[in-house]
Amino acid sequence: MTTSARADGSPLLAVRDLTKHFPIKRGIFGRVDGAVRAVDGVTFDVAPGETLALVGESGCGKSTTGRAILRLIEPTSGSVHFDGQDVLALDAADLRKLRRRMQIVFQDPFSSLNPRMSIGAIVREGLTIHHLAEGSAADNRVRQLLEEVGLRSEYATRYPHEFSGGQRQRVGIARALSVEPSFIVCDEPVSALDVSVQAQVVNLLQDLQRERGLAYLFIAHDLSVVEHIADRVAVMYLGHVVELAPVEMLYGEPIMPYTQALLSAVPAPEPGVKRERILLAGDVPSPANPPSGCVFHPRCQHPARDAACAKIVPPLEEKAPGHWAACIKQPPTAVSWEDQRAAGATNQPEFFLPRAALHRSA
Amino acid sequence: MTTPLLELENLHTFFYTDAGVARAVDGVSFAVGVGETVGVVGESGCGKSVTALSILRLVRPPGRIEPGSVMRFEGKDLMALDEREMQHVRGNRIAMVFQEPMTALNPVFTIGDQIGEVARVHAGMNKRDALAKAVEMLKLVGIPAPEQRAGEYPHQLSGGMRQRVVIAMALVMNPALVIADEPTTALDVTIQAQILELLADLTRRLGTSVLLITHDLGVVAENCTRVIVMYAGEVVEEASTSDLFARAHHPYTEGLLGAMPRVGGEKDRLATIPGTVPPPTNWPKGCRFRDRCPYAWERCETEHPPLYQIGGGHTSRCHLAEEPERRQHPHPPLAAQRGATAA
Repeated sequence: MTTSARADGSPLLAVRDLTKHFPIKRGIFGRVDGAVRAVDGVTFDVAPGETLALVGESGCGKSTTGRAILRLIEPTSGSVHFDGQDVLALDAADLRKLRRRMQIVFQDPFSSLNPRMSIGAIVREGLTIHHLAEGSAADNRVRQLLEEVGLRSEYATRYPHEFSGGQRQRVGIARALSVEPSFIVCDEPVSALDVSVQAQVVNLLQDLQRERGLAYLFIAHDLSVVEHIADRVAVMYLGHVVELAPVEMLYGEPIMPYTQALLSAVPAPEPGVKRERILLAGDVPSPANPPSGCVFHPRCQHPARDAACAKIVPPLEEKAPGHWAACIKQPPTAVSWEDQRAAGATNQPEFFLPRAALHRSA
Repeated sequence: MTTPLLELENLHTFFYTDAGVARAVDGVSFAVGVGETVGVVGESGCGKSVTALSILRLVRPPGRIEPGSVMRFEGKDLMALDEREMQHVRGNRIAMVFQEPMTALNPVFTIGDQIGEVARVHAGMNKRDALAKAVEMLKLVGIPAPEQRAGEYPHQLSGGMRQRVVIAMALVMNPALVIADEPTTALDVTIQAQILELLADLTRRLGTSVLLITHDLGVVAENCTRVIVMYAGEVVEEASTSDLFARAHHPYTEGLLGAMPRVGGEKDRLATIPGTVPPPTNWPKGCRFRDRCPYAWERCETEHPPLYQIGGGHTSRCHLAEEPERRQHPHPPLAAQRGATAA
């Protein structure tokens, strides 16, 4: 298998300081007047066979990040290395070759399949483009792929409209698998599905990962699905990764106040248990005009929040082994008290973990 | 349950399509008490939304509410009202909050105009009073700077704000019943928490009853006193929320609860319900869930289960009520044996 752990232990995917700014054009001449900072300096790794979840609310830049990694949209700056190759430096022909190894499954199983192509033709397209199989060998491969994702091979001659949402998502997965990738960006793959069908697709993704050693970048806003499927989780807010940790640590002891609020908002499926909520004030600010310093500071509930939070951009730093968070008020922090005071700080950093953020009873 | 405010008896709503008669709502009966919040859950295509539209008599051809359906509201027979009387009920006594706040608002009118319109049409207010009412409602649903917001257009507001506006519109006439159809599905989880909190607070203060239609059992657990589970156009289980989560009886409810990943829950493989909801033009005879059911036996092939009373106001449309020992012997459902079901 091509995806067994790399000998030197280096990541399969290394994303460094990735940025995507969309220019805001005004007037009839399209004068550029500012930018929407959709992704603003994102750094993370994905190991072979690992699932890294990218979570956050709409507009936080998680989908843009996924697309920029695959160069479905061109990043503004930063670097992406896949299996040692510099993805952003590739020309069109090499990029196409690389796409064999990096695939994507989209959120909407209705608009992501061509309605005029049969299911078989959709799955077969990748085989043809990458010269992986022709003629009856390709037919056999298509049938095999459909069965692997839990569809009957006779369906190859049918068209997308004949299928339910969950079945279409299976077709999308078969299409991604056809070129034998080692990495798949799953962009909200189960958000449009009913809970019972969602469970089928989540189980399928996990089975395929076990069998093939696939790595996933799993983009989602549903924190219960993420806890179920992810090895590590990166939380995004306004274009920044604000926390990154193994799944047990993130859900067991969320450090970044935004993550705490996000977790407290998940409904608890136990009647009678009225969860405490951290209700965030106001709305997410516009990414065209993000707050200074820590982008979360205007809505933050940390008791030590002060003037320094509006001045100092908090570095994403390792607060505990493997647990990264961007908050200068959660110790330990490399931003010294002198520096904080110089920026107007009045409150010493002090660890804060409200009960409302925890789902497991202590 | 308290005094019933709304009672449905044997509601049938069919759609006469080229592919045949779709029996979207096929004999639904339930009641909502005064001040009560009742949840309706089920997968897409189970008839939740058509039930809601039927209550407001907003079903349009080729759909039709069948004769024999009974809907009583505040003692009135809704089916007997003419269109003008029905319009009085809509907005005045029963209001609806839709899933997608953007499509529920008119993009070319200010939100003040739109909220005010409800007061003008239903209470005959003049323009100035209506605008004042709109500002008051915006304040009630927690929109900051309501005087200024009243002059803005829907596109100038965020999704969460728009849903607040829609709720404000629904509450203008202080209705007795609010039907909320997936009111938070299009919203992010932190905004969802705000909106549900707001709805709960307002209904507590105003004594409004709520029929909350959702596919999210977590939302039901926190907000509803009773739950109605729908499948294939029918009510398949009804119970108090605590009873339903502790002692789900119908295998479909059991499946829905098992398929739901939970934060802080076990990380086992998720239970699934194999297959999909059958098409409404062709409900299977016998039990409509039998192909997807891990307990189904011969009786389920032929005999359509009634809603069995299983004690304490808990009902379930499953023959297991009479043959409980069969629950000890689950087997792979027919739909799983067939592989993925036909499209």
